Amino acid sequence: MMAALGRVRWSWRWLTYLLLLLATVFFLGPIYLVVVTALKEPAAIRLATAWHLPETWHWQSFAVAWEAFGPGLRNSLVLAVTATAISAMLGSLNGYVLSKWRFPGANIVFPLMLFGMFIPYQSILIPLFQFLRDIGLYGGLAGLILTHVVYGLPITTLIFRNFYAEIPDEMLEAGKIDGAGFFGLYARIVFPLSVSGFVVVVIWQFTQIWNEFLFAVTLTRRASAPITVALAQLAGGEAVRWNLPMAGAILAAIPTLIIYIILGRYFIKGLLAGSVKG
Amino acid sequence: MIGGPERPPDPSNAMRRFTRDHLTAVLMLLPSLVVLAVFVYGFIGQTFYFSLTDWGRDPAQALALRPERAFVGLDNYARLFTGVLETRFRQDLVNLLFFTVFFIVGTLGLGLLLAILLDRGVKGEGFFRTVFLYPFALSFIVTGTVWRWMLQPQGGVNLLPTYVGLPQGQFTWITSREQIWSFDWNLVPSITALVVAAVLLMIGWSGWRSARRGRAVTFLGVGLALAVWALSGAPGIEMLPFPERRGFNLALIGIILAAVWQMSGYTMALYLASLRGIPEELREAARVDGASGFQVYRHVVFPLLGPITLSAMIILGHISLKIFDLIWAMAGPDLATTSVPALLLYLRAFRGNQFAEGAAIAVVLLLMVATVIIPYLWSSLRGEVRR
Repeated sequence: MMAALGRVRWSWRWLTYLLLLLATVFFLGPIYLVVVTALKEPAAIRLATAWHLPETWHWQSFAVAWEAFGPGLRNSLVLAVTATAISAMLGSLNGYVLSKWRFPGANIVFPLMLFGMFIPYQSILIPLFQFLRDIGLYGGLAGLILTHVVYGLPITTLIFRNFYAEIPDEMLEAGKIDGAGFFGLYARIVFPLSVSGFVVVVIWQFTQIWNEFLFAVTLTRRASAPITVALAQLAGGEAVRWNLPMAGAILAAIPTLIIYIILGRYFIKGLLAGSVKG
Repeated sequence: MIGGPERPPDPSNAMRRFTRDHLTAVLMLLPSLVVLAVFVYGFIGQTFYFSLTDWGRDPAQALALRPERAFVGLDNYARLFTGVLETRFRQDLVNLLFFTVFFIVGTLGLGLLLAILLDRGVKGEGFFRTVFLYPFALSFIVTGTVWRWMLQPQGGVNLLPTYVGLPQGQFTWITSREQIWSFDWNLVPSITALVVAAVLLMIGWSGWRSARRGRAVTFLGVGLALAVWALSGAPGIEMLPFPERRGFNLALIGIILAAVWQMSGYTMALYLASLRGIPEELREAARVDGASGFQVYRHVVFPLLGPITLSAMIILGHISLKIFDLIWAMAGPDLATTSVPALLLYLRAFRGNQFAEGAAIAVVLLLMVATVIIPYLWSSLRGEVRR
């Protein structure tokens, strides 16, 4: 009896690991294929031998890809860093106001702000395009930065508001008795406590903006196109050998992957903040 | 979605009095409010207005600095849904419907399976979690580029069976032109009405059973009337003067596969977090009562996963309805078999300068997303105020 039960347990264990192994193959298989393809000589890339290891390791693809995607990567870096910094700063201030300085109507204003994070951006794209053209920001990075800052405000405000709700009001009361005002309380009490809030917001925003495509493809000209647009355009051309888009995909993926692997804990926190109801 | 661990501030505390600092606070918030009011609500209003005009039909006016736009009412919508020349939008909608259903089912199913496997206390859980979630950190463009290579008919995935002695896969994935489950577009009003009627009847029936008779009768009555109208061929609505077959394009399977690959780690993370939140005593109690492993899941665990499943469905539905970049990267914007409304909008407005038609597509997209999001936002925030 006990032996039979043990065997059942044992085979369940086996099944669990077997399924996990299959899932691992499913999730890592594409990475393997990308890496071996990027490392093959262009002439050696054939569909029938796609899964084989390269016969000679051809690292030059990355040099070529670096050349081809350098401007896109640079644009994405400028865009993501600037827009993330500004929207995180504004989100922090907004969250501070909404959690610690309640004013009449705050309960109406906040959901109206939040709605901005749920709209499909297609629904504002045409007026946005026209607006940026009118004020002379269409086509360049500045217009795209402005766009990402504005549409990043709802989520950054939300995350900071929930984060600051955890700071006890008594701490601010104590600061008030010491004579600190709105900015004093923020600089001396709230901001120093915000480090992990900023980490979550910065990771979230940087990843979102780095990976974004719709605004990028509609609002920039070629010279200021971010990496996603450059990659999509290259991959769309049939004349190009596959090693180049694969190397480009790796370059485009590296920044967000590094963030995910090093700061995964915060990454998941941001992800849950954006999706789980308290 | 709205809250983390959240405590609404207590209105009875000392900060309630409106001081000069409160004024500063409001002034600090004001720029964000104004900008969002313009960029969200103002622009949505403008999009709606554009969708009622003829902007773009005259090429000379399309890109003019001060374009002349004439009011044409709902003409753009009529063209999209019943126009004889504009047929692509209808297939795009059908594509979007099938994509959304299979994407949500696949992502929830795989995510739940992975979460259950990891919840059973396996060795190397951290490793598996990292492996399953990393695609979520990638851009849809990267995923699309990679999977386009994976799904080449003569290579990639189709070669895999040959490594275990089976014949090579023959499916042509994204280039497939096969269509199954086709139906006549003219039946869409009837089908929609039947679905709505079914929902109304269900609400009415549960109201009847919980003895809210007055409201229940209204729901049952309207539902029944709608069902009768639908079954008698939806009189009063003319769609097309001829039958038009629409169905599920098999080319979408590859796109769905890539989308599930990218997003199921995310649902795994959501499910794992809620599985960990279920007290061990609950499962233990069920086991003591003699429930088998499967029964514990069936009767104790799954019912507790309901709320998180609903949240995940809404978020995935939201991602799915506006899907754009993945399809662009895998199939290009021009391939009609895999197209969705968001792609058509781009082609019409930004390649063809048909801004009014693009705006009409945008409004349809917004309405679809709003029917999913607004009830959710509403109930979340109402719950927060009540707490």
